[in-house]
Amino acid sequence: MFESLSERLEGAFKQLKGEGRISDINVASTVKEIRRALVDADVNYKIAKEFTDRVKDKALGEKVITAISPGQLMVKIVKDELVSLMGNTEVEVDLKPNPTIILIAGLQGSGKTTFSGKLANFLKTKKAKKPLLVAGDIYRPAAIDQLQVLGSQIGVEVYSEPENKNAVEIAQNAIKQAKANGNNVIIIDTAGRLAVDEVMMTEVANIKAAVNPQEILFVVDSMTGQDAVNTAKAFNDRLDFSGVVLTKLDGDTRGGAALTIKYTVNKPIKFVSMGEKLDTLDVFYPERMAQRILGMGDITTLVERA
Amino acid sequence: QKTKESFLSKIGRAIAGKSTVDAEVLDNLEEALVSADVGVDTTVRIIERIEDRVKRDKFLGTSELNRLLQEEIANILVDAPQTEYRDFEIPPGKKPYVIMVVGVNGVGKTTTIGKLAYNFKKAGKSVLLGAADTFRAAAVDQLTIWSERVGVPIVKQPMGSDPASVAFDTVQSGVAKGADVIIIDTAGRLHNKIHLMDELSKIKRVMNKIIPDAPHEVLLVLDGSTGQNALEQAKQFTAATEVSALAITKLDGTAKGGVVLAIANNFKIPVKYIGVGEKMEDLQIFDKVEFVDSLFSLKN
Ligand SMILES: Nc1nc2c(ncn2[C@@H]2O[C@H](COP(=O)(O)OP(=O)(O)OP(=O)(O)O)[C@@H](O)[C@H]2O)c(=O)[nH]1
Ligand SMILES: Nc1nc2c(ncn2[C@@H]2O[C@H](COP(=O)(O)OP(=O)(O)OP(=O)(O)O)[C@@H](O)[C@H]2O)c(=O)[nH]1
Ligand SMILES: [Mg+2]
Ligand SMILES: [Mg+2]
Repeated sequence: MFESLSERLEGAFKQLKGEGRISDINVASTVKEIRRALVDADVNYKIAKEFTDRVKDKALGEKVITAISPGQLMVKIVKDELVSLMGNTEVEVDLKPNPTIILIAGLQGSGKTTFSGKLANFLKTKKAKKPLLVAGDIYRPAAIDQLQVLGSQIGVEVYSEPENKNAVEIAQNAIKQAKANGNNVIIIDTAGRLAVDEVMMTEVANIKAAVNPQEILFVVDSMTGQDAVNTAKAFNDRLDFSGVVLTKLDGDTRGGAALTIKYTVNKPIKFVSMGEKLDTLDVFYPERMAQRILGMGDITTLVERA
Repeated sequence: QKTKESFLSKIGRAIAGKSTVDAEVLDNLEEALVSADVGVDTTVRIIERIEDRVKRDKFLGTSELNRLLQEEIANILVDAPQTEYRDFEIPPGKKPYVIMVVGVNGVGKTTTIGKLAYNFKKAGKSVLLGAADTFRAAAVDQLTIWSERVGVPIVKQPMGSDPASVAFDTVQSGVAKGADVIIIDTAGRLHNKIHLMDELSKIKRVMNKIIPDAPHEVLLVLDGSTGQNALEQAKQFTAATEVSALAITKLDGTAKGGVVLAIANNFKIPVKYIGVGEKMEDLQIFDKVEFVDSLFSLKN
C-alpha cells in the first residue's frame, strides 16, 4: 500500500532522460516526488520543502553525463545532502566530569525509562562506570517499580523516594547519595510530559536548574510524525538539550522525524534504541539513517534500473 | 492555555475577495492536511474530490468550501456499527463483553484500559481486568494500581507467565463472577516482529475456548503523534487479531492524529475513543465533527 520511493521517482526520472543538463523544467516533477517521499517518511512538510529546494539548487545546471543517468545523479545529490544534514560524525556523551549527571526527558511513552536502563548498562559494561539510576517520575503508576526492575536486571543501583512528591528534591538527594557512594555517573529518569504542559515543563526545567547536568538527552519515538517539529523545539527552548535519542528503530518506520529534529534544533543524535532488551543500544550512524529515510533498498534497485 | 485559530478562517482570509477556490487555497489545504499526518495519498484524494466539486459547482465561496471539506473528510471516517455499544452500554446477548487491547510499545494501552474501566464502572457495569502483559518491567504492577484506583478486580499471574494463560484465566473468572465487561491488557509489540504477533493471535484464540465469539472487540491503540507508520500498524495488527476499533491517545498535545483518516480510508476501521490526558477521566467517545474541526485548528 505504500507506493515505494523507487516507483515514485522512476516516473519522474524518466522525464530527465535524454536531457543534457538538469534544468528548472525537467527537475520540477522529480523534486515534487522526492518531497512527497520525504513526507511519507514523516519528514516535516515545511522541512521537506526547504530540503528539496536546496537539492534543486544543487542539481540545477549539473551536467548530465552519459556515464551516470540523471536519476542516479539526483539520488546522489539527495543522499549526500541528507547525510550532511544529519551530521557527518558521531558524537559521544561527555563522561569527564565526576560525577557526570545525565538528565533524560521526553514525551510520554517515548522510551525514557527503558533507555535509562540501557544507558546505565552501556556505561557499566562498556565504559567501566558505576552508574546510579534515579527514579524522578513521581506520577506514572509503577514508574519506580519499573526502573527498579530494570536496575536489578543489570545490577545497577536505583535511587528512589516513593513518598516524596517533589522531583527536584529527589534529584538533589540522589546526587548527595551518589557522591557518598562513589557513583561516577547519575542518570535521572523523568516523567513523560507534553510540550504544552506548562506545569510539567517547568518541573523539568527546575530539575535542570537544580542539578546542572552535563548531558540532557531528549528521547523521541522514531515513529513520530509531523508533530516532531513542535515537540523538539519546545523541549529545546526549555532545556537546551545536548543530544537526541531515537527509540524503537527496531520497527519498520522510515524515521523522518530524525531529519525533522536535526533540522529544527541542530543537536546531535547520540544514541538509537533498537529493542526492549537492555543490551540493544547503538550509536547513531547518519549514513544509515539517511538510507532508511530514503528507503535505500529502493534507491539501490532504482540506480540499477535508471 | 491553548489558543485555537481555525485553519478555515485562515483559508477564508487567503481567498477574501475571490469568488472561487483557486490553486493557492488548495495548496493551503494540502499543507494543513499533510501537517496533521493525514499522509500524501489521502490528502491528494481529498483535494481531488474538492477540485471535482469546484469544477462542477462553478462558483464556490468560502462558506461552501468549509462545509464541503467537513463533508468530504467526515465521509472518509467510518462509523462504528450500530450494534455496538454507545456510551459504555453493552450490546445485548454479549455478557461478559470481552475487549482485548493491542498496540505497539508505549502508545497508552494500559492507561486506556484504566480509563475504560472507570467509564464502564461509572455506567454501572461490573468490570474485570486481565494483566496479560507479563513481559514489560512492572507492567502487572501498573495495571494493578489502575485496578485499585478505579476499584475493579484484576486477574494476574507472576511476571514471565504465559500471557495466553492469563487471558484464559481472566475470561473464565469473569464468566464465573458474572462480570459485564472483561478488558485484557497485552504487552506492547512492534508489528514487524512475527513471533510476537503470533503470540497475540494465540492470546486471542484461547479466549474463544470459553466464549465462542470472544473477544467481542479488539481495540487497537494508536499514539496520536505517530506518523505514517500507524498505517502499517493497523495493517499488521488487523492481520493478526482482526482489529475492530481504534483508540487514539495523547490528543491533548499538539499532534493532530490525522493518520487515522488514512487508516479509515484504507482499512475501514472505526475510531471509538480518544485519549486526552493521563487521568482516568481523560477518555472521550470519538466525535467525527470535532475531530475534523481539530484537524484544521492551530494549537500553540
Ligand atoms: N521495540 C522497542 N520497544 C521499546 C524501545 N524502547 C522502549 N520500548 C518500549 O516502549 C514502551 C515504553 O517505554 P518506557 O521506557 O516505559 O517509556 P517512557 O518514556 O519511560 O514512558 P513514560 O515514563 O510513561 O513517559 C515499553 O513497552 C518499552 O519496553 C525500543 O527501542 N524498541
Ligand atoms: N498526555 C497523555 N498521556 C497519555 C495518554 N494515554 C497514555 N498516556 C501516557 O503514555 C505513557 C504510556 O502509557 P501506557 O498506558 O503505559 O502505554 P502502553 O501502551 O500500555 O505501554 P507498553 O505496555 O509499555 O507498551 C504513560 O506515561 C501514560 O500516562 C493520553 O491520552 N494523553
Ligand atoms: Mg518512564
Ligand atoms: Mg502497557
